[in-house]
Amino acid sequence: MYGATFGEDESQVRETVVDTDGQARFDRLIADDSRIEPRDWMPDAYRQTVIRQIAQHAHSEIIGMQPEGNFITRAPSLRRKTILLAKVQDEAGHGQYLYSAMETLGMSRDEAMDLLHQGRHKYSSVFNYPAVTWADMGAVGWLVDGAAIVNQVALCRTSYGPYARAMIRICKEESFHQRQGYEALHVLSRGTEEQRRMCQDAINRWWWPALMMFGPPDTQSSHTAQSMQWKIKRHTNDELRQKFIDMSVSQVEVLGMTFPDPDLAWNAERGHYDYGQIDWDEMYRVVKGDGPCNTKRIEHRNQAHNEGRWVREASNANAAKQAARALGEAAA
Amino acid sequence: MNDSIVPITAPQPTTRADGWRLFEVFVRPRRGLSHSHVGSIHAPDAHMALKNARDLYTRRQEGVSIWVAAASDITASSPDERDSFFEPAGDKVYRHPTFYDVPEGVQM
Repeated sequence: MYGATFGEDESQVRETVVDTDGQARFDRLIADDSRIEPRDWMPDAYRQTVIRQIAQHAHSEIIGMQPEGNFITRAPSLRRKTILLAKVQDEAGHGQYLYSAMETLGMSRDEAMDLLHQGRHKYSSVFNYPAVTWADMGAVGWLVDGAAIVNQVALCRTSYGPYARAMIRICKEESFHQRQGYEALHVLSRGTEEQRRMCQDAINRWWWPALMMFGPPDTQSSHTAQSMQWKIKRHTNDELRQKFIDMSVSQVEVLGMTFPDPDLAWNAERGHYDYGQIDWDEMYRVVKGDGPCNTKRIEHRNQAHNEGRWVREASNANAAKQAARALGEAAA
Repeated sequence: MNDSIVPITAPQPTTRADGWRLFEVFVRPRRGLSHSHVGSIHAPDAHMALKNARDLYTRRQEGVSIWVAAASDITASSPDERDSFFEPAGDKVYRHPTFYDVPEGVQM
């Protein structure tokens, strides 16, 4: 999921080493719409920008397992449970593809994980909202993964080769995530009065956070201009947000539900839906750490990491044992 | 720049503090096709790298065979020497069929 940038991290920006030949070649590759590959010379600012974006994207996948992981034991049927398990496993996989791409730029997985655990790396703010009912699993799949797909399809053509390749793979896997969410809501929307209420309530709570996932408006986005120039981003935050809104309106109508925005209306002149003011103060508050679940998400991540230590240690012990055995057999 | 032993994707150290190494992963999507590079994975040894690669890269039957190779064992050409390294093929257009004129009407 995800793939927007969510603000500055605290990691250090390294000093630039000027290489005029390298710069000329880099500029030519970008101008030709080619891809930058791991061992190419690239400006340090480009490297740092891509590292930040991929790391934030990877962390979002990893933290994004939490709201849904919490519902695996609460899924209403075995069918829903197996779907949710597969989806959460996919998110872990997506995080790994992305860390793998990030490592080609010189930041190690361990370093990025440490920065996440210390709260010094950011992830998508949308996961700092709680998922409180089963209907939230539907709304998260449909709206949060849906918004993520719009972002990620655009990133399949990003200029850094390994990132683009990870995106292509992730997009292929992601479409089931959105469909299963929509299907879960569709079932609720045809259910009892209480189920319908639950469905609408989840949509009401997730709509605005989903729109915030595209990042600040273009007028306030500090990275957009440079990232567009480097073709890391191909579309602005507002363009992608508009695309998502335009797609979603007919989908909510089929559910017989509404979005919580009285200003949402078709604008024939623009050929797009107009929408109401997004609460950017709230977005910045949540990005800065003051959302409903920020502390809980990081604590839980640290706990999972610490409780998994024995698995890593056991893997090491097994590797050492196998190596010793192989050595013994060679000597015998 | 003599970096011909730098692994193909990684400028960073390929062994972590805990001894886990970086492996590059290659998957054969189906019989009749070659293995292709799909990404990398960390593991304490090659055997576990193979199992982890299966869980990560073939969750949807994307492959019938996997290779893992320690990144540090892969020797790669350097992008900095790209021009001189591939230069010998640059002026040999006669290696392509389009170099040759075939009389009109001849089917080849």
